[in-house]
Amino acid sequence: MTGLSTAHSVVEPRRWTRRIAAAVVIIYALIAILPLLWIFMTGFKTPPDSISYPPKIVFSPTLEGYCNLFTTRTRQTDEYIASLPPAESLCDQIARDRHMVIAGPSKFGPRFFNSVIIGFGSTFLAVFLGTLAAYAFSRFKVPLKDDLMFFVLSTRMMPPIAVAIPIFLMYRSLGLSDTHLGMILLYTAVNLSLAVWLLKGFIDEIPREYEEAAMIDGYSRFQAFIKVVLPQASTGIAATAIFCLIFAWNEYAFAVLLTSGRAQTAPPFIPIIIGEGGQDWPAVAAGATLFLIPIVLFTILLRQHLLRGITFGAVRK
Amino acid sequence: MLQQTAARTPEMLAHRLRGLSDRAIAWWFIAPTILLLLAINIFPLIWTIYLSFTNYRANRPNQELEWVGLRNYARVLNDSDVWQTLQVTAHFLCWTIVLQMLIGFGLALLINKQFKGHGFWTTVILLPMMLSPAVVGNFWTFLYQPQIGLFNQIISFFTGIDPSSFEMIGSVQLAPWAIVIVDTWMWTPYVMLICLAGLRSIPDYIYEAAEVDRASQWRQFWSITLPMVLPFLMLAILFRGIENFKMFDLVVELTSGGPGSITELASINLKREAFEKWRTGYSSAFAIILFVTVFGAANIYVKALNRVKQR
Repeated sequence: MTGLSTAHSVVEPRRWTRRIAAAVVIIYALIAILPLLWIFMTGFKTPPDSISYPPKIVFSPTLEGYCNLFTTRTRQTDEYIASLPPAESLCDQIARDRHMVIAGPSKFGPRFFNSVIIGFGSTFLAVFLGTLAAYAFSRFKVPLKDDLMFFVLSTRMMPPIAVAIPIFLMYRSLGLSDTHLGMILLYTAVNLSLAVWLLKGFIDEIPREYEEAAMIDGYSRFQAFIKVVLPQASTGIAATAIFCLIFAWNEYAFAVLLTSGRAQTAPPFIPIIIGEGGQDWPAVAAGATLFLIPIVLFTILLRQHLLRGITFGAVRK
Repeated sequence: MLQQTAARTPEMLAHRLRGLSDRAIAWWFIAPTILLLLAINIFPLIWTIYLSFTNYRANRPNQELEWVGLRNYARVLNDSDVWQTLQVTAHFLCWTIVLQMLIGFGLALLINKQFKGHGFWTTVILLPMMLSPAVVGNFWTFLYQPQIGLFNQIISFFTGIDPSSFEMIGSVQLAPWAIVIVDTWMWTPYVMLICLAGLRSIPDYIYEAAEVDRASQWRQFWSITLPMVLPFLMLAILFRGIENFKMFDLVVELTSGGPGSITELASINLKREAFEKWRTGYSSAFAIILFVTVFGAANIYVKALNRVKQR
């Protein structure tokens, strides 16, 4: 960080320049965040409120969107609803007010769970394999090292649809289509390039002298790797893991083409949440909110390493 | 007895690993990665190349496979639909890059003034790019609805145009811009972050020297700031270029290529050919052409980038 200037430096921006800069940036930030706030707000609207004209900014919040997200409902006659015992839960009550009865859980829960399994599974594998490969690329003379590193990166340049054609055929003949294992392996392969490039950068920054000192003390190369390098690289490994998780979490093209029922993740599912007469926007927004919040938290956590992650380690601060 | 063996195993394994030479470790550490990439990236690529020379159709796996030579490639290159999707892709690529560079660089310059609270606002601005393009893209179709949509409402508030008089997604004139707007909203922070790193890499003493020489602010920008940030900007263009050339999820959820095929990017067209019309051989040829284009362009670009860096 060389950008921090001293208090009375000649290059210190003048006070009014700073104020204008702050104003413009804050206005941009508010505009940029508006669609996200709108998602959050729509999640707490009733379906009629969500499609009112003009759009409602002030409304009385309800959990109907979240109830609809997790349940399926059927329309019933008022006589039938009146004949039922009193509503047991809030969602029950909301459904009955709309002349409906909860028929069962929706598919959102399982889809979200699939996202978690596939996300964490592929992240673990990619980081595990990536750490090993990155260490080797960082410390040893590997024949054709630059070519191999470029090969690892070039796998990211394929349009996902182009990769999906043969993967679709391959998985069909191996029985891997629409399975968790198949998706985990695929996302691991896609994430590996990122993991290797990022981790190599992080491991390059750990001085070799640390391991050499440990090896003089009687550690083997492998022990030095486990006991000296890994703890030193732990921040980098954690940052890399979050990047891999975010990719797997957000991935859409492979998920939509290669999964249908069992292993479908949340991104292809959320847009097809349908209510009566079109998309149930509060439910979609509720699903989107639950799906996006972990990423918002991770982004804040990752702030320091963000630049590195999005440029494959090409730019470091 | 069993327990003893179980207790001894890790030790034996550790013993064996301890004895490994550096060379063996290098080999064992790299091999799984390379094998997985071979199995899931390279083998499929070779298979795609093979399929591109055949008339294979994935929905009729038992049909007799016929070797058609370069006919698929000729058909792709003579297909006016393909050229139209490439033109749509070029329009999308060109405008998103121009807008994102201008806005992103501008924001970076402003944030670099280090006003109070700039860290917080930077994080806020960064949020859109980390989120799922499919989920967010889908929600933008809601924002773009005439009347009930927030986007139309805001435009109408500032310009006085009736919010129900224009449809961003439904109209032939506006749809190409609808996808440019959402992509710019999503990815401007990416360019901003890279430019910010570029700006922070410029040492203060250069500006101090310019100040001593009485160089104007304008002159300082053109002679110091821009040339020093240029390699970073070019890197941002490379990454955005590759990503937007492959663009699929955001636009599929926004417009799914419509109306008609006005916003049908290359990836969306490829998906239709491969997974709706099941012309596997033909779409494999198209996929290879796309891949070679990106790969070739990226290689040439990286050479140019290195030359700029060396200056």
